[in-house]
Amino acid sequence: MAEAHPHIRHIPDRLQSRSSRLLKSWESLLVVVALLIFVANSLASPYFLDPWNLSDATFNFTEKAMIAFAMALVVISGEIDLSVASIVALTSTAMGYAATQGFETPALVAVGLAVGLGCGAINGLLVTRLGLPSIVVTIGTMSLFRGIAFIILGDQAFTDYPASFSWFGQGYVWWVFSFEFCLFLGFALVYAVILHMTNFGRAVYAIGNNQTAALFSGVRVGRVKFTLFLLTGLMSAIASICLTSRLGSTRPSIALGWELEVVTMVVLGGVSILGGSGTIGGVVLAAFIMGMVTFGFGLLNVPGIVMSIFIGLLLISVIALPILYARLKRRVAH
Amino acid sequence: MLQDTTTSRMKPAIALEGISKSFPGVHALSEVSLSLYPGSVTALIGENGAGKSTLVKILTGIYQPDGGTIRVDGEEAHFPTASAAARAGVTAIHQETVLFDELSVAENIFLGHAPRTRLGLIDWARMNADARKLLERVGASLDPAIRLRDLGIASKHLVAIARALSIDARVVIMDEPTAALSYKEIHELYELIDRLKADGKAILFISHKFDEIFRIADRYTVFRDGRMVGEGLIAGTTQDDLVRMMVGRDVGQVFPKQEVEIGKPVLTVSGYRHPTEFEDINFELRRGEILGFYGLVGAGRSEFMQSLIGITRPSAGAVRLDDRVLVIRSPAEAIEAGIVYVPEERGRQGAIIGMPIFQNVTLPSLARTSRSGFLRMAEEFRLAREYTSRLDLRAASLDQDVGTLSGGNQQKVVIAKWLATRPKVIILDEPTKGIDIGSKAAVHAFMSELAAQGLSVIMVSSEIPEIMGMSDRVVVMREGRIVGRFERAELSAEKLVRAAAGISETAP
Repeated sequence: MAEAHPHIRHIPDRLQSRSSRLLKSWESLLVVVALLIFVANSLASPYFLDPWNLSDATFNFTEKAMIAFAMALVVISGEIDLSVASIVALTSTAMGYAATQGFETPALVAVGLAVGLGCGAINGLLVTRLGLPSIVVTIGTMSLFRGIAFIILGDQAFTDYPASFSWFGQGYVWWVFSFEFCLFLGFALVYAVILHMTNFGRAVYAIGNNQTAALFSGVRVGRVKFTLFLLTGLMSAIASICLTSRLGSTRPSIALGWELEVVTMVVLGGVSILGGSGTIGGVVLAAFIMGMVTFGFGLLNVPGIVMSIFIGLLLISVIALPILYARLKRRVAH
Repeated sequence: MLQDTTTSRMKPAIALEGISKSFPGVHALSEVSLSLYPGSVTALIGENGAGKSTLVKILTGIYQPDGGTIRVDGEEAHFPTASAAARAGVTAIHQETVLFDELSVAENIFLGHAPRTRLGLIDWARMNADARKLLERVGASLDPAIRLRDLGIASKHLVAIARALSIDARVVIMDEPTAALSYKEIHELYELIDRLKADGKAILFISHKFDEIFRIADRYTVFRDGRMVGEGLIAGTTQDDLVRMMVGRDVGQVFPKQEVEIGKPVLTVSGYRHPTEFEDINFELRRGEILGFYGLVGAGRSEFMQSLIGITRPSAGAVRLDDRVLVIRSPAEAIEAGIVYVPEERGRQGAIIGMPIFQNVTLPSLARTSRSGFLRMAEEFRLAREYTSRLDLRAASLDQDVGTLSGGNQQKVVIAKWLATRPKVIILDEPTKGIDIGSKAAVHAFMSELAAQGLSVIMVSSEIPEIMGMSDRVVVMREGRIVGRFERAELSAEKLVRAAAGISETAP
């Protein structure tokens, strides 16, 4: 009761303005890094600044980044989904098989989305209903989903997709802006809204910070987590449609190892691997950075294996650096 | 008083003199003294929060006292670490004994001082043989090679005692050792304690159960509010004396209890039971009422409250709220129905310390502050400000992480969070545990105000003054059952303690 306390203490909403907080954030650091790489790339190769080359470069990251948006939500909630690349493979295989049966483009897309959602539902049920740790569940389904793709395909490849199917991976909306790149921007916006502006996004943060307290506070923890695994399944399916359309073929090794690149992108984007914090803006920046680095290496004819080494080192350092920084700060404080 | 013939001539094995210990806002112990004699069992008696655990932690080197001296055989000693206390021969057997489930019985007994071969490797044959001998001494015929996880709680206690013997402990602390044991196991433990006594060990026995104390102890020491208020020979005292010493103090004046007209029943719980935690719970909660739930730790009060809000499922029972039968399967449904639970474990179940104050407050009320699923921050700040200011929260801004607040202010955020849902029934589980006196008073005043506004309050508390000062009626639980019901007018500390400890059954 306000009248019971004669001196009401006024507590301000915020002390720091949002802009000053933004200035000190991990995201601002990413912007600086992105600019440095951009400058380095344009100095390293005269071909880098060509608009069509830049447009081509976006294919390096758009598909992975779409999965990374959903992955960011999963990681913020304190879980992980390592089966995404295998969902891409299984989805692509299902679409390839459907294409051999004479399915047209809309039907192929529907098959792809249904398989992706189905895989996500399996992960979601195993995690929420059986209460298994998601890292174990999705390592299992990672082998399972790709294994099924291998059985269906053997050493074959599906290549006879309808002509209209190629638009998803090869079409352009306007000038140098590909359909994929526009889809990437659209999903960035959608996921930013979901995570930062809805009750659902708030629930994701709450679960990642303290699942027990979130449950006690009336958050439907199981339902939210199930939805998150559905979303990674769905985004993997959409990425698979784009990738399959771009390549025009399905082999069992399609998207092999993508889960690591997706997780790296999410962590580089400032999402805590322990859950509870991170932004979609950070993931978007991380996607650009990783895409530009890949492209830069390509222009300099750096072999692919060096790229893997780079991704590995990047993943370890972005996880280790914040921890080392905190430890250093503690030591200084003592 | 009887002549203390056994111990007056003896030197204590360990003696604490004028030990004090305080934590921010709390004097846990002030100048307490305690002597433990070889071949003698001393019972340490006191309410929850009287300072018993703090004393055990000082004896075992986990806490350092702020003042006072510890003497071992008359020599001043310091226990800067747990291993220093162990070297001085002090060992503790806790309620949940600290052993290693994945190691064998022998490894548990000899961890840290295993016999070695000439090469410096563990001498397994000797270790197992020695373990077998030690186990025989405590009357346990266990295979030393068996893994600890395969044993029951009683056998684990025996392993812990064997470990105590292996390090040649001279002082054995038993902190509620019978809490998880069956009747038969308890009797085996008594026999073992008798044997330890005969071996000349000094034993500190902490228990809430008076029959046990009178069966096993030679001496007693009573703590109240961090002070030593009585000691002597068990033979020269009675249960009544001990109860009086435990609770003897003035209560009631400092509590801001308002006179409220109690209305009709709001919540009716009947036949509530759970296979392991509680049985046959029946009670009514009326409008404007504060219903206290008293009992010892582990009496099943929290477990029952959590099943009311859908965290665990009861095996049978019905809940009616305003004459409507409710089935609650999750906290979300409880909140919708108007029943909220402020949990005991603030850091784990109550607050999300990594998130800002306003987001903590609005989390269960997002449906109200949002529009078609989209957050409205301005509404959130308004709601958070409204409820935190009612509780007189001290914070720099509402955007501050809850983890940066003091314990008392965190509790205010948690209570504000639940009130913002506009409940009909609010359950407060140990609402003032571990918070400073100022915040305690704020919480108590607020609780009174809520009742005056027509809310129904259930207050689970193990602190007798709080129960007596705030409740209109009190329900006492023991071992998962309701064992006593008292109106405010007939409340007395003695009655509550007797009912909770099972000294004499008070029929409901």
